[in-house]
Amino acid sequence: MTKTGKAHETELDRVLDRNRRDRGRLVQILREAQAIEGWIPPETVTAIAQGLGMAIGEVESTLEFYSFFYRRPRGDYVVLFSDNITDRMLGNQAIFEHMARRFGVARGEVSPDGLVSLDFTSCTGLCDQGPAILVNGIAIPKMTLRRADQIHDLIRSKVPVSDWPKDLFEIDHNIRRADMLLGSDFMPGSALKAAIAMGPEAFLTEVKRSNLRGRGGAGFTTGVKWEAAKKAQADERFIVCNADEGEPGTFKDRVLLQFYPERVFEGMALAGFVTGARHGLVYLRGEYLYLLAPLEEKLAELRAGRLLGRAIQGVEGFDFDIEIHMGAGAYICGEETALIESLEGKAGRPRIRPPFPVVCGYRNKPTVVNNVETLCKVTEIALQGGAGYEGFGTKQSTGTKILSVSGDCERPGIYEYPFGVRVGQVLDDCGARSPKAVQISGPAGTCLGIREFGRRIAFEDVPTAGAFMVFGEHRDMFAVAHNFAHFFAHESCGFCTPCRVGTAIQAKIMDKIAAGHATQYEMNELQHLHDVMRTGSHCGLGQTAGGAIADTIGKFRDDYEQKLARKDFEPAFDLDAALARARAVTGRDDADSHMLDHA
Amino acid sequence: MFHVAPTTRKRKVRIATTSLSGCFGCHMSLLDIDERLLALAELVEFDRSPITDIKHCGPCDIAIVEGGVCNAENVHVLRELRANAKVLVALGACAVNGGLPAQRNHLDVGECLTRVYTHRSEGMKGSVPSDPELPLLLDKVHPINEVVRVDYFVPGCPPSGDAIWKYLTDLIDGRIPRLEHPMLRFD
Amino acid sequence: MSDYETFLLDGRPVRFERGQTILEAALAAGHYIPNLCHHPEFKPHGSCKLCTIKVNGRYGSACTVKAMPGQEVSSDTPELNGNRRVLLQMLFVEGSHFCPGCEKSGNCALQALAYDLEMLTPHYAHFYPSRPLDASHPDVLIDFNRCIMCELCVRASREVDGKNVFALAGRGVASHVVVNSPSGKLADTDFALTDKAAHICPVGAILPKRVGFAVPIGSRTYDVDAISTLAERRATEEA
Repeated sequence: MTKTGKAHETELDRVLDRNRRDRGRLVQILREAQAIEGWIPPETVTAIAQGLGMAIGEVESTLEFYSFFYRRPRGDYVVLFSDNITDRMLGNQAIFEHMARRFGVARGEVSPDGLVSLDFTSCTGLCDQGPAILVNGIAIPKMTLRRADQIHDLIRSKVPVSDWPKDLFEIDHNIRRADMLLGSDFMPGSALKAAIAMGPEAFLTEVKRSNLRGRGGAGFTTGVKWEAAKKAQADERFIVCNADEGEPGTFKDRVLLQFYPERVFEGMALAGFVTGARHGLVYLRGEYLYLLAPLEEKLAELRAGRLLGRAIQGVEGFDFDIEIHMGAGAYICGEETALIESLEGKAGRPRIRPPFPVVCGYRNKPTVVNNVETLCKVTEIALQGGAGYEGFGTKQSTGTKILSVSGDCERPGIYEYPFGVRVGQVLDDCGARSPKAVQISGPAGTCLGIREFGRRIAFEDVPTAGAFMVFGEHRDMFAVAHNFAHFFAHESCGFCTPCRVGTAIQAKIMDKIAAGHATQYEMNELQHLHDVMRTGSHCGLGQTAGGAIADTIGKFRDDYEQKLARKDFEPAFDLDAALARARAVTGRDDADSHMLDHA
Repeated sequence: MFHVAPTTRKRKVRIATTSLSGCFGCHMSLLDIDERLLALAELVEFDRSPITDIKHCGPCDIAIVEGGVCNAENVHVLRELRANAKVLVALGACAVNGGLPAQRNHLDVGECLTRVYTHRSEGMKGSVPSDPELPLLLDKVHPINEVVRVDYFVPGCPPSGDAIWKYLTDLIDGRIPRLEHPMLRFD
Repeated sequence: MSDYETFLLDGRPVRFERGQTILEAALAAGHYIPNLCHHPEFKPHGSCKLCTIKVNGRYGSACTVKAMPGQEVSSDTPELNGNRRVLLQMLFVEGSHFCPGCEKSGNCALQALAYDLEMLTPHYAHFYPSRPLDASHPDVLIDFNRCIMCELCVRASREVDGKNVFALAGRGVASHVVVNSPSGKLADTDFALTDKAAHICPVGAILPKRVGFAVPIGSRTYDVDAISTLAERRATEEA
């Protein structure tokens, strides 16, 4: 596979030129450079650094941060299994092992012939049709042993992924309940037309009147955000669409991007219209690579229809265009300042706030970062006015909210409800027969038990970015929290002490409990760690990383207790395993060379 | 936390001490309390300890452990002390964080053994000793709190005689033991 | 209106100038708040989190939160000091910090803070990292196992030395400092012993070669004075 030095150089030059040799596009450059050989050799790092006038370490800093960049050779086919708890509940591990056996390759390894490498990855956003995998970045849902065999054969016969049967890649929208947004027809350009008729000031007033709050979870008032960016002193402004839908269990943005893209883009143009921004950027998570081409097509279509580009709808001075940036496997980039760092080509480490992006964001210019769903909602407000919008939902949470329902229910998928819907209602509608718990808003959210199913989805009660994972009565909630603990340890950016080290210690303790080697001592340790991470971490990731553990210990303590050793203390490591190396070298196997009793 | 004895005690406090993977420097430092040894002798009596040469530990009030855990025997000794003592104290850098012996932790123990015993100069051929009498090495050296529950920690390499005296008398007199600057040192 | 403003730190009024962070104002007024990644010559970093305080009931980093009139700040409380002790323990187990064998012992901010906060044990199970040493440079040695990711060397080399010798790479616990050269070795950079970055490391990760025990252990900076006492004294001298 290795290309000759010269050919490689030419291709890399082309990549650099295509990206205007702009170091701000480093993440895009690395993505394209990796496509040349499937990994990024040291010479490429040096060449990129030279080409962009950067230090090698700065390139490495970005390169090593993202899960989908490889510094060592990978297989010609890179197969990644989504490892959210919902994938596990659907049996992803058995399918992984089956495939690993058939290829004779271990987790994280490349097969000796260089054909394939297998690994797990964080949730790929196909929880309603899992288990899901990515093959060379392209998503395949509904994995079964049969599909695994089919894929095995395709890889063995070296069929290019682009020639694989189309049905493998078919992704359903699974819209089960449509309301205000999903249920209404939308004529591209109609929202812009309405806003233009109103004028930017009047339209902003409508957005503020609607009391629309950000759908990414934090719930900041959209109109206030836009107004702040509009008022900030600057020669340039940016609108960023946060399509880094990384929270495990969330997939509603994927559906909006696939089936309602004109709404998303028009929402961005509306934000540009109000704030005076001329540039829009979509930060699309790496896992949604298969959406890139259709989205690019849609952008071209909108440009042709004068809904993007210069003088939109013939309004002189209303120029707005959109560019799509791909992420490369980093959950933290859903945090808006980490996302901006990533857009600037850097590692996604959250910035210190204030200053907030509306004042100093992308390239230090005022930047509005809105969630995909929020941008769709803006088109509704343009069409029906703020007052009309306000009537839906609750007083503090107006309008509707799209939920991504997965887990133990008969009808997983997309559900749109007016805010204020009770958790129990959603459970009934999705056919959850005997739910034990619901994890709302993903691992960073809240775990609710049966007694809390009367609570409401709303910013003032149970806020959510959209994830709604259902766990049936037979589920072990420790296993759920265990999965989340590894997720956070994997996704911590490493910037601040409590999160970098705390998530790692937390994951190890959860492993110890899972192995049956923990005691009450570890239970106390988990609580204490959560307190330190919650109060000391730099951003939401660390602050919430112990939340699911604290919730499940509080509500499902039995699921932990039954795994505990009935002892005062258990060593931090496996004593007998720690003797194995010396046993092997000395050739001993006598009684004293073992330490099997954990007395 | 545990208190060893009320201030008006009838009997002496029984202490066991041991050195695991350490250099006995902490024990030497204990002797550095000089003439206060006589006062200590009034307060305590020794169970298993290099001072008494008693080989196995009986029930005691305080166990003082120097050194980290580097082999199977260390584990057994440490557990014996833990099982018999009301209060277990980690004394010195090695017991507290593995110390100098733990500096081998980034090396493969198997390779260390092979290198030491089989790669000899002058044509000598050796083999890694395999006598069951020999304590088998753990792949890494651990501080004692990774093997048993530890009640108190006295860091230092070694802790000064003053620090040991302060800590011990706090414990014996039923105060919450405390080490502050400049007595608290890691080196 | 008076020409200065105040906030309350643990119940005591602290004067500040507009634009100062709580940490800057507190240190200038002779009130110590534990900190590691902070350096008066550089922009706030906010990564070590040792300076975590409560401002009007909300947690924040003293090094990044701007002082405002009337703020009620708590810092020297059992809860916050307890959490700081945990952060120190995390740093101690994450790296390899064998003080008796480190030339920085006695001059090390990590160790001095551990003394100040009476950290007697690293508590958590050690990670035992195995990061390679870099002894390639003629005058300077780097032991990455002692690195606490404060990025002071990164910042000093970029902002003061104008050399850009270091960068932070990796993610999560795999985060690590890299050297900006094709070989990844310090010898292949223009790094010099006279660089600010050669002397800014708060721990013993970057050390000059051929210097050892010039000041004997026991007589070093923090052997003599606690780090908090020193900071408070410095403020009095500057005032």
